[in-house]
Amino acid sequence: MIAWTIYITFAGAVALLFLPRVLSRWVALATAAGGFAVSLAAFFNAVDVGTFKTIVRVPWVPILGMEYHLAVDGISLTLALVTSLTAVSAVLFSWDVEHRQNEFFFWLLLVVGGSYGVFLSADLFLLFVFYELVIVPKYFLIAIWGSTNKEYGAMKLTLYSFFGGALVFIGIIAAYVTAGSLNLHDLAEFPFTPQFQSWAFPVLFIGFAVLAGIWPLHTWAPTGHVAAPTAGSMLLAGIIMKLGSYGGLRVAMNLFPQGFQMWSGYIAVFAVIGILYAAAVALRQRDLKFVIGYSSVSHMGFVLLGLATANVLGVSGAVLQMFSHGVIAALLFAVAGRMIYRRTHTRDLDALSSMNLSRALPFAAFSFVIASAASMGIPGFSGFAAEITILIGAWKIYPIAVWITGAGMVLVAAFTLRALKRTFFDAVENVKSVTSVTSLDWETFEPITLAEKLGAGLLMFATLAVGLYPKLLLDRIVPAVEAMRFLTK
Amino acid sequence: MSYLELLKLAGPEATVAVTALAVLAVGLIRWGETPSNRRSSAFCSAVAGLGLAAAVGAVVMLPQSATLFGGMLVITPLTSLFKIICLALAFFTVVLARTDLSSRNRGEYLALVLLATIGLMLLVGSEELLMIFIGLELTGLSLYVMTAFDKTDIRSAEAGLKYFLFGSTASAFTLFGLSLIYGMSGTTGLAVIAQKLSAQPISPLLFAGIVMTLVGFAFKIAAAPFHLWAPDAYQGAPVPSAAFIASGSKVASFVVLGKIVLVGFGPDKGSAAWHAMISGWAPVLAVLAALSILIGNLVALAQSNVRRLLAYSAVAHAGYTLLGLIAGGREGFSATLFYTTVYAFTLVGAFGVVALVRRETGGDDLIDFAGLRARSPLLAGCMSIFMLSLAGLPPLAGFFGKFYLFIAALRAGENHGLLWLVALALLGSLVSLYYYLIVLKVIFVDEPAQHETSLPRRNVGEGGDFLQRVSLSALGAIVIFLGVIPGPLVARIIASLP
Repeated sequence: MIAWTIYITFAGAVALLFLPRVLSRWVALATAAGGFAVSLAAFFNAVDVGTFKTIVRVPWVPILGMEYHLAVDGISLTLALVTSLTAVSAVLFSWDVEHRQNEFFFWLLLVVGGSYGVFLSADLFLLFVFYELVIVPKYFLIAIWGSTNKEYGAMKLTLYSFFGGALVFIGIIAAYVTAGSLNLHDLAEFPFTPQFQSWAFPVLFIGFAVLAGIWPLHTWAPTGHVAAPTAGSMLLAGIIMKLGSYGGLRVAMNLFPQGFQMWSGYIAVFAVIGILYAAAVALRQRDLKFVIGYSSVSHMGFVLLGLATANVLGVSGAVLQMFSHGVIAALLFAVAGRMIYRRTHTRDLDALSSMNLSRALPFAAFSFVIASAASMGIPGFSGFAAEITILIGAWKIYPIAVWITGAGMVLVAAFTLRALKRTFFDAVENVKSVTSVTSLDWETFEPITLAEKLGAGLLMFATLAVGLYPKLLLDRIVPAVEAMRFLTK
Repeated sequence: MSYLELLKLAGPEATVAVTALAVLAVGLIRWGETPSNRRSSAFCSAVAGLGLAAAVGAVVMLPQSATLFGGMLVITPLTSLFKIICLALAFFTVVLARTDLSSRNRGEYLALVLLATIGLMLLVGSEELLMIFIGLELTGLSLYVMTAFDKTDIRSAEAGLKYFLFGSTASAFTLFGLSLIYGMSGTTGLAVIAQKLSAQPISPLLFAGIVMTLVGFAFKIAAAPFHLWAPDAYQGAPVPSAAFIASGSKVASFVVLGKIVLVGFGPDKGSAAWHAMISGWAPVLAVLAALSILIGNLVALAQSNVRRLLAYSAVAHAGYTLLGLIAGGREGFSATLFYTTVYAFTLVGAFGVVALVRRETGGDDLIDFAGLRARSPLLAGCMSIFMLSLAGLPPLAGFFGKFYLFIAALRAGENHGLLWLVALALLGSLVSLYYYLIVLKVIFVDEPAQHETSLPRRNVGEGGDFLQRVSLSALGAIVIFLGVIPGPLVARIIASLP
């Protein structure tokens, strides 16, 4: 059933090219909502989430053993769910896009459809096709509808993705040529020699990790996020970074467990550096979107740390963090890009701090507080549930990393609070800037629209629901993680 | 062997030859007193198109397999398939030439296209050195004239001369190489050469013969460092000529190059594997491929003219395509054939778009493509399909072609010995994505520049005539189809290889 997410999304995308303009946003919304309904239903009706169960299997290029082969387990379900959530809210937050609307939603839906495809593929070639399919739509979304240095950001992002893709490509064909199969299940059973794994694993993993924003290959993320239109940033942070971490987990780690054991320590080191470095950099940013962009890198560092633990807790936490970060980052970017930037036309923290936005846009302030709290890892939100799981998992194997990361979480809290305060709560006592407040005349800001409220509400609900009841996701994730081969007992 | 039977087996070539003569004759007819010979041109195109269609029919009617005169004319499923592909490419070229304003004397031009097509068919359908050389020359001479055909444009003349000088030098090398091979083996049939060569070790003289033969083909496929003619020819020649040079000529050259090295020189392959190079033709081709990928992609970065950009990217693609031959074997050869076929269709399409944009704006620099999306969504859409396929992105045919090539290359060398070439090719693809995206960026993102030229901007909002638009859409559809469902063609090629 969940395969329909892919078909619905691509059908919607193609339909958009031929339908009149007035319908486009409704078609896009219907498509995204259709995907959401399907993935939600699949998520709750799932039985036997522990095995990567085939749902569609059709020969594709029989001579080379390629198959159109989709399968699903708890991890795929979780990620498909966050994809559809982000997609719906991204469409809602793009309600005001007027410029070349059809095209915009066409590219947007291609990204979403390709991502569903990656999460559901059980054939390595198919997975890679979907993975690469996402690259070009991103470029156009940013280069046409973006802001701030958009052509540079778009090209950088695209070339980084393609570079990662090239590494993945090498890893995939090496695995295929050695094992003679493209089926993920067969490949996972194949006894690759340790010597082979020792080079194939890092090639494949780094290739995927580029998209997950691993330090020091993360630099595409902040510039890309900043340049992208609101929906683009939401998709980038919410979905695309997950493609990388998912690929690392499903393909690299699962296929080459011995290679993974050889390299997991290094991954943990890079992850911790990423968490600290990005948080420190975020502390010094003036552009609100840069703050959020670096916070994404920092949060994705947690995902990588979780993966590097190689135990059930850590890896489950990583998957939970993928979900959680998807929702939170999407919400943060939505507030920063749509609610604030579209109205104030600035993202400069100094300029924003003089606008008294908490009075002007109370709903935006409310959403941002929730998102910040979730991002900082306040208990009750999904971020806390995910990060605590990862840290407990990591404690068993990298206690020093946990100490360092714990210190890093203070940094995360610091930059989040700084951004929150500067954006919304600075001007109240700041008498000096009264003149600029009046000149900006914030009372003429258009009120928050229903679409924005719906989109933000959806994401806030998701982070709260998972934060209060993480078992909802963990029940699906843990059995699937337990079935992985690379776990250290 | 009766002549009637020969005529039957050479039916496709004969059909095209007759058509060429007919087109030449039709082109001479003056219709009424009007100075404009538009009607005669249209009639010429129609005759040429019909003749090509008839030739396809003749190919289909050929027997499954036959060999004449010790391999001078060979008919196998492979040759039939590639004759059809060459004919299809010629057909698209004829369609492109329909409205190309620069080609006056349409009859002569189309006759040259058809003659070149005969050369291609001979190349594809022969396993004998002499016949191959005749095919090369027939194609080459026709293409030289086609390149210089635009008498109003000095660049066309320059391109023609340059192409001719380089080409004839390369032919001389090839001929010299072939004569050395003949001297060593005493025969000109590829299969017999292979038997003779396998009996003797590789001698310096033989190696010289092999290298010289390869030089001529490296020129044909525009592999670095023998590519210097390509940018000028691609940019200066009339667009249909450039399209045909880039597509038909390239496909046939790869088919025959594959036959020569894999069948004829098979025993002297050597190895291009890292740390395990063995003297033979494979390392020579590997060097050519590596140079082509590097030079083609890096120089393409600096181009501001779309045709020149396509020329340098053609150099790079020649490098990728060689990977399959270096890998060797059935799989390698079929990967090369698949890739070159896909590439040819893509490039004819890209040149088709260039031709229509050129007609509209009077130029083919990048800047002339600015805002194409608004002027003609169809052309913009087709161009993005072609460019992204060249860059190797799914779900387009170029992606599958590369995947197949790299698999073949990696599988061939012992212990992933060809990984260095694959990695280089992937790096090249990464670079190439940049300049292909720049083309698309200009089309989709930039606003059209305000031309100060007095040239009246002909508002061909949906550029080109109906037939051209249909064939461009068809080419786009082919590229998508071969990307989504590559199975049938791959199976077909593999089954037709011995």
